[in-house]
Amino acid sequence: MPTFVIDSKCDGCKGQDKTACMYICPNDLMYLDKDRMKALNQETEQCWECYSCVKICPQQAIEARPYADFVPMGGTSIPIRSSDSIMWTIKFRDGQTKRFKFPIRTTPEGSIKPYEGKPDPADAEMDSQLLFTEIGTQIATFKK
Amino acid sequence: MVHPIENFNADFANNPVVEEHETDILIIGGGMAACGAAFEVGKWAKGKYKVTLVDKAALDRSGAVAQGLSAINTYLGDNTPEDYVKMVANDLMGITRDDLVYDVGRHVDDTVMNFEEWGLPVWKQPGDEDKTLRQGGKPVRSGKWQIMIHGESYKNIVAEAAKTALGTENIIERCFVVKLLLDANEENRIAGAVGFSVRENKIYIFKAKAILCVAGGAVNIFRPRSTGEGMGRTWYAVWNAGSTYSMLSQVGAELTTMENRFVPARFKDGYGPVGAWFLLFKSKAINGLGEDYSAKNKALLEEYPPYGLAAVPATCLRNHQMLKEMKEGRGPIFMDTPTGMKNLMKDMDKKQIKHLESEAWEDFLDMTIGQANFWAGMNIRPEETMSELMPTEPYFLGSHAGACGAWVSGPSDLAPADWQWGYNRMTTVKGLFTAGDGVGASGHKFSSGSFTEGRIAAKNMVRFVRDNEAQKPTLAQTGEELAKEIYKPFQNYLDHKDYSTDTLTNPHYIKPKMMMFRLNKLMDEYVAGTSTYYTTSEKLMDQGLHLLTMLKEDSDKMAAKDLHELLRAWENYHRIWMAEIHLRHVYFRKETRYPGFYYRSDYPKLDEVNWKVFVNSRYNPKTKEWEMKKIPHQDLVPKG
Ligand SMILES: Cc1cc2nc3c(=O)[nH]c(=O)nc-3n(C[C@H](O)[C@H](O)[C@H](O)COP(=O)(O)OP(=O)(O)OC[C@H]3O[C@@H](n4cnc5c(N)ncnc54)[C@H](O)[C@@H]3O)c2cc1C
Ligand code: SF4
Ligand code: SF4
Repeated sequence: MPTFVIDSKCDGCKGQDKTACMYICPNDLMYLDKDRMKALNQETEQCWECYSCVKICPQQAIEARPYADFVPMGGTSIPIRSSDSIMWTIKFRDGQTKRFKFPIRTTPEGSIKPYEGKPDPADAEMDSQLLFTEIGTQIATFKK
Repeated sequence: MVHPIENFNADFANNPVVEEHETDILIIGGGMAACGAAFEVGKWAKGKYKVTLVDKAALDRSGAVAQGLSAINTYLGDNTPEDYVKMVANDLMGITRDDLVYDVGRHVDDTVMNFEEWGLPVWKQPGDEDKTLRQGGKPVRSGKWQIMIHGESYKNIVAEAAKTALGTENIIERCFVVKLLLDANEENRIAGAVGFSVRENKIYIFKAKAILCVAGGAVNIFRPRSTGEGMGRTWYAVWNAGSTYSMLSQVGAELTTMENRFVPARFKDGYGPVGAWFLLFKSKAINGLGEDYSAKNKALLEEYPPYGLAAVPATCLRNHQMLKEMKEGRGPIFMDTPTGMKNLMKDMDKKQIKHLESEAWEDFLDMTIGQANFWAGMNIRPEETMSELMPTEPYFLGSHAGACGAWVSGPSDLAPADWQWGYNRMTTVKGLFTAGDGVGASGHKFSSGSFTEGRIAAKNMVRFVRDNEAQKPTLAQTGEELAKEIYKPFQNYLDHKDYSTDTLTNPHYIKPKMMMFRLNKLMDEYVAGTSTYYTTSEKLMDQGLHLLTMLKEDSDKMAAKDLHELLRAWENYHRIWMAEIHLRHVYFRKETRYPGFYYRSDYPKLDEVNWKVFVNSRYNPKTKEWEMKKIPHQDLVPKG
């Protein structure tokens, strides 16, 4: 279902030159109408429903309405994503709702130190098959 | 109200800023393979070499893992790399590069352990919850090779590691790379690339000694089954336009197995994943009459030894069985989720049942939210209601259960002499590397293997730069010339937009959207799309190529009103090239190697005697001619 922006909730990311939804959409779909300072999905039929924009919008102004050409109307999936988990509310066409909560990350955002505690490999290892985290291990090769 | 988008114009697009970047190593793409390269490269470059990464989108959510994933499909654990090689070869009908597959297999687990340490939650067996994989914790498997994760933030986590390792000052986002550039002074050596900003009036020119081209697979080549709003709901990432294959091919890199496409059988329309339903939730697929059609059509598998006889038969052959039912009118095909779930729930208490239900929904919510929306709209509760299955439109990828991509140099300790030329994962163009969806004849790498392959390529790019330090990349074209070429669709628009009263319909140009529809229709009808049940023939392809030639001529008249449309125009140039490569490969291979993915009606049989070979193609950038050839297949790991 392509996304749409709720008029009363979107504040155009307060006039910053990059809105959060434009920044994140992998398919360059979110567009800021500068006259109204409101965002919109400029090509709904190329929307993957990846929800990247929905999850990032600081105003929770973006939702998705399931693809009109094959989904009967009325169902929705709405996420609230925090730094360590995501909560989903699924509303069925017949009105029933279900809630699910899943962990998304075990470390604080921004805490990854990819090279910490990982010594620089010696130049002599350049021509071996080992990757830098594997130095000192035995490389597997075809069993003869 | 006039849709605000229609008010824009391209006037601003004259005289773009031309920004030149000199770097040693250029990474094109920001997906799994690119992030792997960004992670590995710094430890070998050690500040001596400059590395730059460009992505058409934002790393945090770009590429095929944007939504997240619910499983890591390649983690060997107690399996051996030999077993992995055998599985991959069988699934891809025998034609794979054992050296490349083995190489991924022997490195991939280390990668996954890093993911977990960065913060990716990996499901563990009861009792092992507090142990990491590196500490020997046993993962929950949904199959022999797959492990389950809580993967909503998979890409954010991997991107954070990549950005921290590389430094954000070396990353340019929202730059669409249009083409690679060969060296002006030396034949068959890479020297740079050119792209444009999707946000500003700016052209980027890069000069580099080594380039990693990892811009993902190809989608929107064929007409999608949904043609309204829902056409965005492709199974593979809708924004990957075949840039990898086209850009590599245009500078003369040899490609392999480009006849192979991937047609996944998925939940119908929403294209949600089925793997966990078969493997974890123990469900069966049945036809409209309630029959277990795969048991019923066992004989179909027996016609394809050994590929149909393995414990898990080749993916295309399982499609082949499903298509027989569909063609003969025994649809709809259903996944019998209620029976599967009921069997599992038999011995469960309430809490466990709730947990099982939650796992089933998470499988969609972590990677195909559109399928959850479909279930919600249809009032489908999997414990009560079955869901339809259907094979999708064809896609191109080298990392999932597909195998198209570049013909690359293998690792020196595994590859036979004719499959290696110095630098692991280098294409046949000097200094030009690829990984992930870009490497051919070695599928089943998935997210973890693509990241791993990016790491392998990165190390070898540093070796290449070390050995070519004196090299000065030189470009043949000036910045002005390149800018003019890239902005041609703007010029077409400006030159003609006032001729008609409606900027969309104009006899002097074609809008990118219509160009894509034209390509989609052509590929669908002549090159084995869904409307012919994936069937084509030499005669159909003769006509297809004829139409494609005219389409290519007309593509020069694409018109763009703004940067978004310019992006779509250039994606189309990549798609069109991809389409032609595929057509030429399917044409050349005179057999049906992948029944269920496509059929040659004029050569309906598998021909192990004449066609158990790689099909490679090379476009010669000088003469503009295509060369097609057979390359003998070799089993480096004994099969059977
Ligand atoms: C629906 C789905 C389900 C999947 N399920 C699983 C699973 O369960 N487990 C698993 O392990 N794997 C799974 N995969 C596979 C996995 O996502 C891929 O194997 C992997 O992402 C491939 O990595 P890549 O780097 O080659 O491409 P991608 O990750 O797609 O990255 C491509 C990058 O290139 C950029 N780009 C494209 N064109 C250009 C250009 N012209 N200029 C600049 N940048 C460009 C894109 O923005 C993106 O950053 C799944 C994929 C999909 C789509
Ligand atoms: S992120 Fe939200 S608030 Fe900001 S522009 Fe987009 S829709 Fe509006
Ligand atoms: S759901 Fe994804 S594809 Fe659709 S507009 Fe949002 S970010 Fe873009």
